[in-house]
This record gives sequence, C-alpha cells and structure tokens, in this order.
Amino acid sequence: MHYIKTIARKEFTSFFKSPAAYMVLVGFLIITGWFFANPLFLINQSDLRTLFSIIPIIFLIFIPAITMGLVSKENNNGTIELLSTMPVKSSDIVIGKFIAGLGLIITGLVLSLIHPITIMLIGTNVDVGAMFTGYLGLILLASAYSAIGLFASCLTKNQIIAFIISFVIIFFFFILDYALFFIPSAISGIFQYLSINYHFSNIAKGVIDTRNVIYFGSLTYVFLFLASTSLDLKKR
Amino acid sequence: MIRLENLVKDYGTVRAVDSINFEINEGEILGFLGPNGAGKSTTLKMITCYLNPSAGNIYVEDYNVADNSEEIRAMIGYLPETNPLYLEMTVFDYLKYVANMRQIKGKEFEKAFKRTINKCGLKEVVAKPIHTLSKGYRQRVGLAQAIIHNPKILILDEPTSGLDPNQIVEIRELIKELGKEKTVILSSHILQEVQALCDRIVIINRGKIVADGSQAKLTEDYSNRARLILHIDATKEDLVQINGVIPSAKLVSFKPILNDFNEAVFEYTPTNDVRKDIYNYIKEQDWTLLEFHRDYISLEEVFRSLTVEGGNQ
Repeated sequence: MHYIKTIARKEFTSFFKSPAAYMVLVGFLIITGWFFANPLFLINQSDLRTLFSIIPIIFLIFIPAITMGLVSKENNNGTIELLSTMPVKSSDIVIGKFIAGLGLIITGLVLSLIHPITIMLIGTNVDVGAMFTGYLGLILLASAYSAIGLFASCLTKNQIIAFIISFVIIFFFFILDYALFFIPSAISGIFQYLSINYHFSNIAKGVIDTRNVIYFGSLTYVFLFLASTSLDLKKR
Repeated sequence: MIRLENLVKDYGTVRAVDSINFEINEGEILGFLGPNGAGKSTTLKMITCYLNPSAGNIYVEDYNVADNSEEIRAMIGYLPETNPLYLEMTVFDYLKYVANMRQIKGKEFEKAFKRTINKCGLKEVVAKPIHTLSKGYRQRVGLAQAIIHNPKILILDEPTSGLDPNQIVEIRELIKELGKEKTVILSSHILQEVQALCDRIVIINRGKIVADGSQAKLTEDYSNRARLILHIDATKEDLVQINGVIPSAKLVSFKPILNDFNEAVFEYTPTNDVRKDIYNYIKEQDWTLLEFHRDYISLEEVFRSLTVEGGNQ
C-alpha cells in the first residue's frame, strides 16, 4: 500500500509539473462546455444526456494521451531500471500509476461538475439521480480506458506508439456496439456484452446494474493484470 | 555474502553470461572488469533483480533471487550504468521519492537526507532541477540515490564513465570511503580505477570468468614475461648481438631518445633472471648506461592477454 501511494503521488504531481496536464484539463472543459451549452441554450434541454454520450468519445482521445507516458517514459529514460530494482512489486507500480492517471481524469470530471450544478440552478424537472449515475458511469469508463492505456504504455518506449495502441484497443471495445449489424446473430450477444457502449449507456440512463459495474471492473482488472505481467516479462 | 552459482543469461540465442561462479565476502570491494559487451552489466543486473537469470541462482545472505527478490532488492543500493534520473524533479524531491520507496519517512528521512548530501557533496544543488545539473553532479545524485537507505551492498555499474579527471577522483574518493563499511561491487573497463579501489578483481570475457584474485596475485599469476628497460648510447645492431651471448634476452623495442641515447626494451622469462648477465655484458663494452630498470607487468597487460589473446585462441 505504501509503495502504491508513493508512486501515485509522484506521478500525479509530475503531471502538473509539465503543461500537459493543464492542456488536457482545459481542453476537456472547453469541449464538454460546448456540448453542454449547445443543447441547454439552443433546444432548452435541461439534462446532461448529450454530454454523457459525447464524453466517451472525448475520453477515447484524452485518456490515451494522459496514460501514454506513464510507463513508456520510464522505459525510454531507463528509470524503469531504478524502479524495478527497488523492493516493489510490478503490480504496485502498475496500480500506483493507474491511480495517478485516473486521478487526473477524475480531476477533470470534478471540474466539469459546473455543468450539472448550472442545470440544477436554472433547469426544471432535473433528474439528479441520472446525473449521479452518469458521473459514476464515466468514472467506471475512465478506469477501464486508463487500464488499457497503461497496458499499452508498458509495451513500448515510445509515447506515440503507446497512444496509438491504446487508442486502437479502446476503439475496438467502443465500436463493437455499432458493428453488431455485421455479426451473425448467434454470437452477437457476446459481442454486445463486450462492448463498452452497451454497458455505459445503461448506467448513463440512470440504471446501476451490477452486471455493468462488473464489466468495467473486470476490464480494468484484466488490463492492469496484463500491464503488470508485461513488466515482469521484461526481466526475461 | 553474495554467491553466484552457475549463473547463465541468454538473450535470445546469444549467451551473454555463461555459467559464472564466484563469491563476494562481506566488506570487500570487488572490481568487476571486462571489455565492453563481456557481460558485466548483465551480471550486475541479475544481482540487482532487474533481470532474471536464465539458469543458475544468486544467493545474498540467506536469500536467493528466485524466491526472495524483494528482500534482496531492499539490501542493495544500485547505480545503473546509464544513471537514469527523473530529470524534471529537483534533487530534494527525487531523493525524497527514492527514500519513500525505501520506506524511509519523516524524521528518519531528514537524517538520511542530511547524511547523504553531505557525503555526496550535493548541498549547493538540492533545490535545483536535475536537468540543469552537470554530468558530475548527476552522477553524484545517482550515487546519493543508491546510498540513501544505507544499504549493506552497493552495486555500481561504471560509476565514473564520462566524467572529467577531477570528477573521477572525487567519485573514487567517495567510493573508497563507502567501501569501508559496505560490500561494494564495481564494474569498470578502466583499469586504473579498479587498481585504485578494489581489494579483489574478477575479470570476465565473453560471459566467462577468466581471472579472479587480488591485483598482486593476478599480475604474478599471469605475467609470463618480464621486461628490462635500458637507456643507453649503443646502436641497435650492438644490442641485437646481446641475444647471441644471452639467448633468453630478446630485444623487443628500440627507439632513440635524447642526444645519442636510445631506449631499448628486453624481454625475458621471469623465472630466468638475465639482469646480471646483461649488466656484466654492458660493463665490458664502452657504453654509457643512464637507466637500467625492470618493468613490472601491469594489470593492463594481464587484462589484454586475458581478454584479447584469450578470445582469439
């Protein structure tokens, strides 16, 4: 636990030592602000449905950008040698970095709470429950994306390659729901279950189903496990 | 304290380390010597648990790297060859992070931090970001990182590479001091460094250990020829004739120095000391002898004979 905390704190503070974290947060707020303000002012819609449907796509770019450097930078600088000769398990390294990455995304989400607060102040018939579960869903979604991004980052020295690998994997899970049309109906159920969108849209509607929570949890677990395994395999 | 048993490391089809066996005793400064690519760094990386051995095992006290990697890592301070550092951090932040990762916190950290920066001479730069530091200071930061948790074992992979002569002396002094209380393994391809620092020398070539012992023992064991150096005003032809009188003395080099004088080097087998015969021969001639001394075979020559000639055979 101590190691996880130390690594997470170091990674999280180092985000804010470069302009990258600020650019990500500002970019995220500008884009979400646009998709929030549009339906609110143009069609007088006082909910966050449009926003919740667009954030998974924004995350598709932003989360790989946040996680791409987490391990690949250490691979590139050689500091991974330092880190893995300390008395710390690979899983602790991975979890620490995962928490730091997720922490930055949650920071962005917390800043975006200005949108639901605005709606609560000026809107009518506001469904607070749906907004709450929507945010919960976004955090679950972000944790699955971050785990994938971290795994990709473990594989390479190059941040750009890490970005592309994580983008492709996340995009695969993201697009499954839209590709069901091309898949034989016998197995389309499996593909639908694997799709991120299917599970996220349930939660965003305001329904917390344990199946969806388990889906995101296991996706996160599997990719964190793969990331830690890939660090162990480097010793061979 | 550390024991390597039939240690093997394969990179794909290349065998980088080929069943190495040796032991390092507590308090020893061991020099690990070899040409580039001999397998020095690979061996050190296996001791520090950065790489797993392909076969064999390493024992540190009662632990071995296969089962107790974390306990071993906690006992070791390691300065890798490339000296990786988090360049954007300040020296203080960096050492604090490293100390935290070594379970040193609060008051204990303050003490360890003071002790370390005093030892490594980092006082003036603690608040500076590491990327602004010179190479010498970075090397000291790397060393500080390796000793902040006061480890029993210190492993330094080419600690002075790329430093200027003054910095090399400083780092050597520091290592010498640390070696008083710790077991140190130091890899290098710089012979003077190993000569200056180490109690014992292990020479590795192409993944195999070719020599192991103290410096005196190595130069004694592996010197199969002795040299005699003369500064004399004789011509080359005159000197070559010595060989006719004393067959075991061979002229190996001849070069003019000041005025009429020349430097001549004779080689002979150490078991058959020809100095007396040569001196008597010179006495009979009408030559002026300015210098007459034996040249001890250097570690450098031992190293060359073991790693170059040995490799070509």
